[in-house]
Amino acid sequence: MKKTPLYDEHVRLGGKIVEFAGWEMPVQYSGVVAEHTTVREKVGLFDVSHMGEIWVTGPSAEKALEYLTCNKVSSLYDGKAQYSAILNERGGVIDDIIVYRFSKDRFFLCVNASNADRDFEWLVKNNPTDAVITNASAEYGQIAVQGPRAIELVAPLVKGADLNAVKVFHFCEGEILGNKVIVARTGYTGEDGVEIFVGADKTVDLWRLLLEHGAGYGVLPCGLGARDSLRLEAAYPLHGHELGEDVSALESGLGWIVKLDKGDFIGRAALQKQRESGVPRTLIGFYLDEAGIVRQGDAVKTLSGEDIGSATSGTKTPTVNKALGMALVSSKDAAIDTRLSFVVRGRAIAGHVVQLPFYKRSK
Amino acid sequence: MEFPAEYKYTKDHEWVRLEGDTAVVGITEFAQAELGDLVFVDLPAIGKSVATHGTLCVVESTKAASDVYSPVAGTVAARNDALSNDPGLINNTPYTDGWIVKLSGVSSSEIAGLMSADEYKKLINK
Repeated sequence: MKKTPLYDEHVRLGGKIVEFAGWEMPVQYSGVVAEHTTVREKVGLFDVSHMGEIWVTGPSAEKALEYLTCNKVSSLYDGKAQYSAILNERGGVIDDIIVYRFSKDRFFLCVNASNADRDFEWLVKNNPTDAVITNASAEYGQIAVQGPRAIELVAPLVKGADLNAVKVFHFCEGEILGNKVIVARTGYTGEDGVEIFVGADKTVDLWRLLLEHGAGYGVLPCGLGARDSLRLEAAYPLHGHELGEDVSALESGLGWIVKLDKGDFIGRAALQKQRESGVPRTLIGFYLDEAGIVRQGDAVKTLSGEDIGSATSGTKTPTVNKALGMALVSSKDAAIDTRLSFVVRGRAIAGHVVQLPFYKRSK
Repeated sequence: MEFPAEYKYTKDHEWVRLEGDTAVVGITEFAQAELGDLVFVDLPAIGKSVATHGTLCVVESTKAASDVYSPVAGTVAARNDALSNDPGLINNTPYTDGWIVKLSGVSSSEIAGLMSADEYKKLINK
């Protein structure tokens, strides 16, 4: 089992450690509800050092990424980040990623922990150019600072760059405590905030500084439990739940990052065909109308009993405070307000389709 | 953590105490801490009969669902409907307001054979 540079900090802070994607990670410290609420109202810290980092460099880096990812890499400029995905030939999602452009021949990818090795092998194997692809996952620690007070907490700590001038889905390079950092205004919670990449051996110093300096802002260390309930409210997909190699990017709601008009890329032909003929399945959001909680894998049926799919995520979340979830169902049953039946431990529970996301912050 | 001395305990982290002829059942402070914040309790129907170690109900945290087993055989005579609105009662007051069900038709000798608070403490401190 792998440990992030912050493992001892988690243990010292009373984090409850669980196994996640081959890593020993804190699922919670003070409690999922308290941590979730703190991120919505103040600011929370997450160790996301388990995420992978991959460099794609060289004069043909953009050309390589244009073919290896589905979003339009040529629309990026220096200091801009982009949500994208690595697809297979069938248009299924190998991983969802963020692409950062440092310069026209230097791109940085942040990928999911569970897929980092597979991503790296896939990118190298399918690289159509001489761009250099490097797995730098072990070199970086990463801390997400998320919540309405995140920017005021982090901005004064960053030297050599003005974080206040960095817009959403942009990033800057600077220094904190004299150590080089990449500070990206991105996140996975539905709140404003940043994700900070730092040298693996400097991660503990950064974590301690953020906790100490953040005390005046009401900061709490947060675990994977809150990360999951926060992302679910914001309807951000999670690989292995909403996203997977056997579900096409169009089915799983990633149509907005699939740029069929940008030229060839892996998965394009299959998705072009699917866009013309219509997607067989659609990712929906749902609320339950009866008591219960639907979990990943629970069957979804029409009111007449027809099997139409299964839930991909589900719980009762702290801010929305309703039993909710997402499910992949036949597209004919995906319209808003459609009444559905969810099978939980052999019992049918009524629910209905709702517009995503469940939570949107007020700007 | 507290484990009332007058209660009996199981290795699956339920507690039970006799109240006249009925057995009041809940989960321990250790169990609630392991589960984390509870968001739903799937309470059993009144009249349901359960075997020793049979599934009594399901408690759900934000992350997962977990079975609660019956410490002894009996019939569900009452259930704590306050948990429907506030499952956090189990987190906050697991031994009092967070009780889950009351069982009738229980054997007092079966209850007497369960773990004492000291035995339970040894189990979880292993």
